[in-house]
Amino acid sequence: MTGVLKSFLGIRGPKGGGAPKLHAEAVSESPWQQARRRFFAARMGPWGLAIIGTIFLFVIIGSLLLPFDFYNVPIRDVQTYTGRPPAWGRPFGETGMLQLDVMMLVANGGRTSLLIGFATAIGSIGIGTFVGVISGFFGGKVDTLLMRLADIFLMIPSLFVILVLARIFQGSGGGGVLSLITVFIAFGWMGIARLVRGQVLAVREMEYVEAARALGVRPIRIALRHILPNAIGPIVVSFPFAVGGAIISEAFISYLGFGVSGDTPTWGNILSESTTFLLQGNWWWIGFPGLFIILTALSINMIGDALRAALDPRGRK
Amino acid sequence: MSAMPVIEVNNLNISFRTAAGIIHVVQDVSFSITRGECLGIVGESGSGKSVSALATIGLLVKDQAIVSGSVKFRGEELIGKPESYMRKIRGGGISMVFQEPLSALNPVTTIGEQIAEVLTAHNRGGWREANKKAIEYLELVEIAQPAARAKQYPHELSGGMRQRAMIAMALAGEPDLIIADEPTTALDVTIQAQVLGLLRRATVERGTALMLITHDLGVVSETADRIAVMYAGQIVEEGPAQQVLRAPAGPYALDLIASIPSYERRGKGLSTIQGAIPSPTNFPSGCRFHPRCRFAVPACAATMPELTPRGVNRTVRCFRADEIAKGGA
Repeated sequence: MTGVLKSFLGIRGPKGGGAPKLHAEAVSESPWQQARRRFFAARMGPWGLAIIGTIFLFVIIGSLLLPFDFYNVPIRDVQTYTGRPPAWGRPFGETGMLQLDVMMLVANGGRTSLLIGFATAIGSIGIGTFVGVISGFFGGKVDTLLMRLADIFLMIPSLFVILVLARIFQGSGGGGVLSLITVFIAFGWMGIARLVRGQVLAVREMEYVEAARALGVRPIRIALRHILPNAIGPIVVSFPFAVGGAIISEAFISYLGFGVSGDTPTWGNILSESTTFLLQGNWWWIGFPGLFIILTALSINMIGDALRAALDPRGRK
Repeated sequence: MSAMPVIEVNNLNISFRTAAGIIHVVQDVSFSITRGECLGIVGESGSGKSVSALATIGLLVKDQAIVSGSVKFRGEELIGKPESYMRKIRGGGISMVFQEPLSALNPVTTIGEQIAEVLTAHNRGGWREANKKAIEYLELVEIAQPAARAKQYPHELSGGMRQRAMIAMALAGEPDLIIADEPTTALDVTIQAQVLGLLRRATVERGTALMLITHDLGVVSETADRIAVMYAGQIVEEGPAQQVLRAPAGPYALDLIASIPSYERRGKGLSTIQGAIPSPTNFPSGCRFHPRCRFAVPACAATMPELTPRGVNRTVRCFRADEIAKGGA
């Protein structure tokens, strides 16, 4: 997989000196290089990357410069119960009650929200891909068993389980972040597994897979080197959507008051608390974390769309 | 050593389980090929050529296909052998060249890696060594600048070069039998002869047996030592290539060869065989060719003719072979 990643990002090892260059079609473009070229040609991709990159920078630098300590809340010079709007020195304004700097909250909350987003995406897509490849490649009883398992997980109302588990794990380390990620992964792999299975079933029937079998290539290698790379398009595309989905789900559950507890800020629970003074015109408290959620989801969807366009074989150029 | 055939197929029967019941696709097929020899298997689409080839290397899906009879490779029975054993035979003992090289080559893997993969699958060295050897095999199949080509992807090669690369993959395991299933159908006529010549030379040099499956009689006449003509899942005629082509003994081979357009018969219109090949779900009674046969008599519809010897090294499946030989055509 690292080879694929490297060639996608354009990192290539030193060229072997032995091979002479071909005069025509001198530059050999791998499918990943092709996809990269089309990803950047689509314009949506780079914009999405720029926005998510800025958000990452803001979150990393912001949380380093403005650390959050739940047990050591600074006392403000000017005491206002409902908080203060943005101004010099506090560009995102201050919250009501504890009078916390919203910029500091958003930066620290972003750390947790992005962690939840990416950890969930990696976990659920990892498990989903594993299950899907095994299911599609081996077929038969294994396939039936795994797909019924996926059906069972799909039938369990995940929101209910999340709410119950959140209650159980509340107060345990990390403010419930870990348990939230676990539940998201546990209820997030089925869609990917079905998608990958379908893709593997289609690729498995390709003639090059039969040719590889006819030449005695080992089944594991056929699965990893012939089937997976040709089925990876939808997997890659679903990654950004999974990140965005998990961040929004966390925001939703935290908004309900069940997600990550207040001592660990996330974009979701900042929103949840901000509603207290919303009617007093406290727009900055809800506005900035909300803006970050929207921008993150938007940029991630842009990346996903650009990836889809780049990897779609029908759009080969 | 040349006495023992590399592959000896006896009474091969293949049926498929389908929703409509069991259908018998291949019946009672027998043939053998010795070292360095090329057997051409000729027949129309659906005559059971490719299925017989897939059964030979055990690539038919086990739940769907019922295979009986005997396939002896280097004297050892292959039917009923476990998958792990067959995997070693495939590529290393028997390998295959497919019809359409663009779809038979993995689009996201370089040519070199795909050849190296066959080498490592048969324990012919580690990856580093295999990658070097892959270039040698590309050179062997007469691809110019093999080192540069090895780093290219299938879509960057021309059709002829892709088929050469497929042949390099098939040769990489140093097999004793190569099954080429319509290897030149997807190629230009000019390239066809080159690729066939290459395949033939490579197999003769190595003493590899070649099983050439095709519907193109021109291909077999250039390449094959012997020909087996298949019709509706059966071999209807077999013998040395030149003899079968010059003087076909059975009515099917006769009409098949007559239907090749030729310069001598210009202006006379193309001759065809009436009707279509019967579906395996509904084979006619008696001789399977009789509804389309110019020589059919009532006896042909009643009983199935056996494959009977005719002259030296030749067999034919027809009741009226004597009359046809006397010039009934």
